[in-house]
Amino acid sequence: MALLSVDELSVTFAGQGGGRGAGSGARRDTKAVDGVSFEVEEGQVVGLVGESGCGKSVTALALMGLLPRKGVSVGGRAEFDGADLLSMGEKKIRDLRGSQLAMIFQDPLSSLNPVVPIGIQVTEILTRHRGLKGEPARKEAASLLDRVGIPDPDRRLKEYPHQLSGGMRQRALIAMAVACAPRLLIADEPTTALDVTIQAQILELLKELVDQQGTALLMITHDLGVVAGLCDQVNVLYAGRAVETAGRRELFAHPTHPYAHGLLGSIPRLDAPRGDPLRPIRGSINDKIAWADGCAFAPRCDFYTMECLTGTPELTEPRARGHQVRCVNPVLPAETSAGTAEVSS
Amino acid sequence: MADRPEEDKTGEPLLRVEGLVKHFPVKKGLLQRQVGAVKAVDGLSFDVHPGETLGIVGESGCGKSTMGRLITRLDEPTDGRIEFQGHDITHMSAGKIRPLRRDVQMIFQDPYSSLNPRHTIGTIVGAPFKLQKVEPEGGVKKEVQRLLGLVGLSPEHYNRYPHEFSGGQRQRIGIARALALSPKLVVADEPVSALDVSIQAQVVNLLDDLQDELGLTYVIIAHDLSVIRHVSDRIAVMYLGKIVELSDRKSLYERPMHPYTKALLSAVPVPDPKRRGVKSERILLKGDVPSPISPPSGCRFHTRCWKATEVCRTVEPPLIQLEPGHEAACHHPENAPDQIPDDTKVLASAREAIALVGDAVAAGADAGKASAGEPAVGEPAVSEPAVVKPAVGEPAEAPEETSEAPKGLTKE
Ligand SMILES: Nc1ncnc2c1ncn2[C@@H]1O[C@H](COP(=O)(O)OP(=O)(O)OP(=O)(O)O)[C@@H](O)[C@H]1O
Ligand SMILES: Nc1ncnc2c1ncn2[C@@H]1O[C@H](COP(=O)(O)OP(=O)(O)OP(=O)(O)O)[C@@H](O)[C@H]1O
Ligand code: SF4
Ligand SMILES: [Mg+2]
Ligand SMILES: [Mg+2]
Repeated sequence: MALLSVDELSVTFAGQGGGRGAGSGARRDTKAVDGVSFEVEEGQVVGLVGESGCGKSVTALALMGLLPRKGVSVGGRAEFDGADLLSMGEKKIRDLRGSQLAMIFQDPLSSLNPVVPIGIQVTEILTRHRGLKGEPARKEAASLLDRVGIPDPDRRLKEYPHQLSGGMRQRALIAMAVACAPRLLIADEPTTALDVTIQAQILELLKELVDQQGTALLMITHDLGVVAGLCDQVNVLYAGRAVETAGRRELFAHPTHPYAHGLLGSIPRLDAPRGDPLRPIRGSINDKIAWADGCAFAPRCDFYTMECLTGTPELTEPRARGHQVRCVNPVLPAETSAGTAEVSS
Repeated sequence: MADRPEEDKTGEPLLRVEGLVKHFPVKKGLLQRQVGAVKAVDGLSFDVHPGETLGIVGESGCGKSTMGRLITRLDEPTDGRIEFQGHDITHMSAGKIRPLRRDVQMIFQDPYSSLNPRHTIGTIVGAPFKLQKVEPEGGVKKEVQRLLGLVGLSPEHYNRYPHEFSGGQRQRIGIARALALSPKLVVADEPVSALDVSIQAQVVNLLDDLQDELGLTYVIIAHDLSVIRHVSDRIAVMYLGKIVELSDRKSLYERPMHPYTKALLSAVPVPDPKRRGVKSERILLKGDVPSPISPPSGCRFHTRCWKATEVCRTVEPPLIQLEPGHEAACHHPENAPDQIPDDTKVLASAREAIALVGDAVAAGADAGKASAGEPAVGEPAVSEPAVVKPAVGEPAEAPEETSEAPKGLTKE
């Protein structure tokens, strides 16, 4: 049994009759997550990738029990070590967050307490999770900052969040998550503000946690470089649903859903010819149809047919076992190789 | 826009920065006595010309955001001079600076904390119009919705609050706000870091288009070298509060002169496990970035540089033009004549400064060694054990690399 197993998770934010502000209209419900399923085993790194706004962070917050209770409806199941996180009482999930679950939030500044020095924020966690106090806690805190590549850790421990650079704040958060030694770690875009050298160091640290302590890591990222290196299994989300699930190598070699295929084609890279305009997938995530009516990606898809507009496409395995794709017209070998050749030339 | 500044035609820079310094005091003890300073920005000089994009790169903590906050006058410089359109704005008072706020905009690195949580997006993006008392054609609401559309948000988002957006959506709200008044200069601090490649491309193309249409000038701060390469005309590389190299894009990427730039460029991972291991070798800098409180003497990079000699430890190399349009601050540059050819004895530290590693091994290292030991698809080289080879006397594979083999390393 997987440590975390998510089944048909859905999250809907209720609309309002009429918002405040000048000339506002009524707001519709937002279906942020629309039936997402995946598993994470102990010692495994599972990636969640997809376009901005596709529901990655909301998925994570739902698992952590951190969505507001009001105006939000959550459906499906998410079992952690056999217990359903979604129906768990407030106190029970808070205890879990204090012991076995940890999350690195996407927004570093607002998840640090602005009026408390970094050192106290880290030692507090060490006390709570590992019973360390006083000098040993301070030493451990300094060594954690050192391991995330923050130079001069003793001084940094005394500083307030606003005194750190953007990348240092992000690393302070990572240090705090690692301090918990959790069984499941959810990392939401942990390396966005970091340059390649430090990113390498952070990924190394996360990998160590996974390999040595068997931590299950759910890695949320839009950085395909990170996915390429770190993730064992990758889930590509689109408009709140998984559209492709495969092992890392398989996904990079044969992106089969037209969205994943396009995603791999729009990476800016150093080895591309200069002055080459970036090739984004045309349109935006706003041009979508409801999954209930068909494939949400259809309005932007180069391969769509009328069949795409008749209900949610099923997950199928058109290429290889374990490589699941939600598409009526998957991009199969001939097209794939043409596509990737173009990308990598 | 019709009223393009006169300066365009005369070749005057839009922004001129000279000897810019920002030190943050470090205080200690009960009395909070000042015991030192974080030298976040420590003597920057550069020009930005109308209609161009200057890219700024450098490791975390090297002072990029601080520089951005200084040139947009959100922070007060400790020393130096900032001129905008020929006017000294270094210490301009809050009252006088208001008109400038219309022309100079900043996109912040931390999108969420730069958005007021109690205001709707409509109010936030519309605020510049209200503050500057500008009435756009068709009204503020319509204009705001148009801006939201431009950055890939939906007009429906008008009445939502910041917490109701995803990370990347917030980043784009900041971009829409900065572009509202068609400013002359936009300083963008990591404008696309939270965005996935597809939307990143969309935003980058948008910035390009606006530049073509309105002649906008950008200073773009980013840690992603492939993004910087894509958007910049010229690029400044920063290290510990200083510019170590300033060059037009082509020249920088093809012939980096400063060893630090060379190391940065070689460290970029290739986003495809299959393609890793194809190219020769990469330079991995070892050792920590030194503290900006007491930066190393001489060349600040000498503690991590594989070419460092005695002169590097003692004399600070000036940022000088070594080729037309290409400046570097290094005694022993790559791709340019040695500035101190007599000084050939490399420092002991230089021999341990870097590791030249096979691309695939380095890729494994980037990625937490996920693939070390396990052969990559169709790449026999990858199954080699992940040993990190010492730099000394180890000629690199590719011919270009060989010709650039660090001088002095092969001799004892
Ligand atoms: N509290 C909320 N109320 C209403 N809508 C919300 C709320 N939080 C998020 N959303 C919407 O839900 C969708 C998914 O948001 P989410 O934060 O999960 O995106 P994401 O995949 O993490 O994107 P990013 O890569 O930009 O961080 C978005 O369209 C967002 O606007
Ligand atoms: N308000 C402040 N008080 C004290 N020190 C500060 C303050 N702001 C920045 N610093 C320090 O100045 C240095 C440069 O910070 P800055 O934010 O400019 O870095 P950066 O290049 O933008 O890094 P990153 O890529 O991580 O965002 C860092 O050592 C930082 O800790
Ligand atoms: S060679 Fe000397 S001057 Fe040039 S970067 Fe290395 S240490 Fe600095
Ligand atoms: Mg997110
Ligand atoms: Mg910064």
